[in-house]
Amino acid sequence: MEPLMAVVIGILYATAIYMMLRRSIVKLVIGLMLLSNAANLLIFTSAGMTRGAPPLIPEGASEPLRQVADPLPQALVLTAIVIAFGVLSFAVVLIRRAYEIVKADDLDKMKDTDT
Amino acid sequence: MQLAVLGGFVLAAFAPLLHRWFGERAGLVMAILPAGLALWLFGQLPSVVAGDTLVFEYAWMPGLDITLTFLLDGLSLLFALLISVIGVFVLVYAGGYLKGHQDLARFHVVLVAFMMSMLGLVLADNLVAMFVFWELTSITSYLLIGFNHNDPEARKSALQGLFVTVGGGMALMAGLVMLANAGNSWSLQELITRGDALRQHELYLPMLLCLLGGAFTKSAQFPFHFWLPNAMAAPTPVSAYLHSATMVKAGIYLMARLHPALGGTESWTLILSLFGALTMVTGAFLALRHTGIKQVLAYSTVMALGTLTMLLGIGTQEALIAFATFLLAHSLYKGALFMVAGILDHETGTKDIAAMGGLRKAMPITMVCAVVAALSLGGIIPMLGFIGKELMLESVLHAERLNGLLLMMSLAAAIMTMAAAAIVALRPFFGSWKDTPRSPHEGPVSMLAGPATLATLSLLFGLLPSWVSPLVMATASSVEGSAVDSYLALWHGVNLPLILSLISLAVGLLIYRHWERWRDWQGRLDPILNRGPEACYFLLMNLIVVVSEWQTRMLQNGYIRNYLVMTLLVLVGLTSHALVYRHDLVLDVSLDVRAHEALVAGLMVAGAVTACIMRSRLASVAAVGTMGFCIALTFVLFSAPDLGITQMLVETLTVILLILVLFRLPRFATLSTPLERVRDVVVALATGGLITVLILAVISGEQLPSISDYMVANSVPEGHGHNIVNVILVDFRALDTLGEIFVLALAAIGVYAMLRFHADEYDAAKQRLPHEEYLDG
Amino acid sequence: MVKSGTLILSVAARLLMPLQLLFSLFLLLRGHDEPGGGFIAGLVAAGAFALYLFAYGLTATRAMLRVSPRDLVGLGLFLGVLSTLPAWWNDQAFFTAQWWTIPLIDYKFSTPLIFDIGVYLVVLGSVLTAVVALVENDPD
Repeated sequence: MEPLMAVVIGILYATAIYMMLRRSIVKLVIGLMLLSNAANLLIFTSAGMTRGAPPLIPEGASEPLRQVADPLPQALVLTAIVIAFGVLSFAVVLIRRAYEIVKADDLDKMKDTDT
Repeated sequence: MQLAVLGGFVLAAFAPLLHRWFGERAGLVMAILPAGLALWLFGQLPSVVAGDTLVFEYAWMPGLDITLTFLLDGLSLLFALLISVIGVFVLVYAGGYLKGHQDLARFHVVLVAFMMSMLGLVLADNLVAMFVFWELTSITSYLLIGFNHNDPEARKSALQGLFVTVGGGMALMAGLVMLANAGNSWSLQELITRGDALRQHELYLPMLLCLLGGAFTKSAQFPFHFWLPNAMAAPTPVSAYLHSATMVKAGIYLMARLHPALGGTESWTLILSLFGALTMVTGAFLALRHTGIKQVLAYSTVMALGTLTMLLGIGTQEALIAFATFLLAHSLYKGALFMVAGILDHETGTKDIAAMGGLRKAMPITMVCAVVAALSLGGIIPMLGFIGKELMLESVLHAERLNGLLLMMSLAAAIMTMAAAAIVALRPFFGSWKDTPRSPHEGPVSMLAGPATLATLSLLFGLLPSWVSPLVMATASSVEGSAVDSYLALWHGVNLPLILSLISLAVGLLIYRHWERWRDWQGRLDPILNRGPEACYFLLMNLIVVVSEWQTRMLQNGYIRNYLVMTLLVLVGLTSHALVYRHDLVLDVSLDVRAHEALVAGLMVAGAVTACIMRSRLASVAAVGTMGFCIALTFVLFSAPDLGITQMLVETLTVILLILVLFRLPRFATLSTPLERVRDVVVALATGGLITVLILAVISGEQLPSISDYMVANSVPEGHGHNIVNVILVDFRALDTLGEIFVLALAAIGVYAMLRFHADEYDAAKQRLPHEEYLDG
Repeated sequence: MVKSGTLILSVAARLLMPLQLLFSLFLLLRGHDEPGGGFIAGLVAAGAFALYLFAYGLTATRAMLRVSPRDLVGLGLFLGVLSTLPAWWNDQAFFTAQWWTIPLIDYKFSTPLIFDIGVYLVVLGSVLTAVVALVENDPD
């Protein structure tokens, strides 16, 4: 599965970067969403993918009965998903405020507003 | 012990509350903490004097070998006592000096925080902890120098002090890391026992230079001496505390602390004694150039700091005893003199000595304090300062290297210091009466308590040196690294140092008589002095501004795309170079895919690509949503139920968020030319391809042992949890999670602030200008 | 824009909301042993309030929430930091987990649980802060 996922993640990165290079600010937000998802998958895939062995220990046992998926990248990705949501909400509100003030959705026209 | 210091920071945070409860008396209430600490420290005196080193250990982060261990030996006890005792008087004094000042609460917050940082600095055993406290003193002192932040001079001086000391702090950090590596320990206790290995280490010289960079900047050694007199922009209680008794001695403390580990080599002796002597003469010389009472005192502090450094450089047992005595004497008289300067400034309304005269009738108590303290500064019998100066001359005389040169410089400094002492103690009080902006009268009790006590101690310790002798010897022992068995005495009989003292007294008074002429003569040197180190500092600052303007114009041109393309091209270029030339690229592409998994993967790609080519916002968002749910499915299929649930929930909330925001945003527009789009596609594909190759390289390469085996094995026995992911999040790696929820909270506060600010601003603007829509501008 | 929803949404929200909140608490408390935990539970609870917000509007949601969502963030961070401290008592390193058994009900109480509740409150509070601020800010 991993080689297939490698290709999928590569495509996700490419689409994310393409969208982030657009001048329209809303497309930038879409690109950001794609990028955070792609990055999460990257971490998840790089650790190796295991079918049907979640990192849970059965009741009464003190260790997993068989080999389970690596829990550490899962913990990393879990917080990353939630933080990506926080960052996304920050980004969209920032862009919305910028749009209200500059009245332009072209990033190239936004570059001089601080002068 | 740790609790007392950390509790002090909590106390600092509560200072505004204390002000609400106790009003003007809050300073007195807060003085209870340092007073209690001082009493406790006195209680430890007997065992420290007996040669014990008291250790208070707390393993802060054992995994990183960072402990919060406090160490109490002679050196740190002397410093801790000075900090807490003078701290009490400064808190009391500040209550009088800044009486009625609107920002008194802020002053107390920073002052107490500073006090605790300083205590932490002299007590810490771990290098990292010490460095943290070191930087804290820089930051709090910045806030104190710039206390009168409406005054541009104060802001400039504060920034200068910060730049110089923090710049030195960086050198110090490098030095500490080298020290820890060379000595294979982060603990000062252990390092000072490994002196021989450290002195022979190949990195000895760079390490020494870096550490001295930190110490010299902090302790205002030549050529970094210029920030200290400028720091006199601070309120006088601060000057009395930071710039005489405590902070500027942090560098001295560091050098003394490291003396057993690094001292005694050729380079140590030469650098410290030469730069120390140079600082000493520069300070004493410049002290006579100024008429501002605080400037004169500040330069005489520079002189004292130079003397201390020089004594550490000489490094004989005699010199170290002189060091400890001089250190104690200086803190006492300089604290007293600065407080006297504050009383004069407070009561007369001027800081210019030339504008004062004949104040002895109006302020008799102040005058007595000033004269007693100045006698100690001038090194006149029977003060503690006299003992210090005699010992200093004695040890310079016996110095192994350069003793002729050092003796000349010491004599010159002693003469000019004598003159400076006369200037601050005699000028304002004697001679004919001069009218000052305010009609002067005696200062309040709160302001007199400090100088009176400190001046009395200077006299008392001089008359009865046996009282301080044990503490001084304990201090000298810690600096020496082995027990020093000696005692202090006031009278050594008629010998060469005494004769030199008499010469300096006579010549110093002569200069004092002709001070105006002397200043005129010194004024002629101004063109040269103005090209000194301070000019270099300003040159450097301007250079930084010019360079950063240039590089901003070149690189920060404001187009996000350019930054992104540049970053990505560098990334792709360097990584592929490394992959091809440094790495035997073996890609394992054996596929083991089931039909439903392939379907999910296909949908993911379809979602992402659709999001790119759709012309409507809604369709794009829907496509990203599809992709998100497919990712959630992938997580579930590949053994990550927690991730699947989280992803699903976040996708739902994202939809809510975007509904609320997205449709307030503009529609998609095609803004770029086809050529630009081709360029972007190429960059995007190159990056995506690189990522694919990277992942393949990672999964086909050699597998390193996973660090999560420990977590899997200990989840139930240690963490008492069956869901290993959750145990990692809230137990094994909880510190990371703590950081992450702070990030989340910050993002939410940022969102709130952006939206809230907008609403308020809009309403306020509407109220102010009901007819004009100036917001569009 | 968000004032009140359709009848179906209102009824659904009224029925679902308590269930969702209960479910979020269940996820939170069992999180140490089964899938769940502070992050997930916080998101579920935030979803519940968001649903209520869409169905009944801002004023009703505020009344129901009683406290400002920002206070939830603050409380959560406070609990998170608080859970680092009990290790001091037993002279252990900062943040070492501490476990106590409450005698009568035989329930295991611990600093990781306090920490997880902190995470729960921060996630819930952050999402709600953003959503409420956005709804408030809507000019309609």
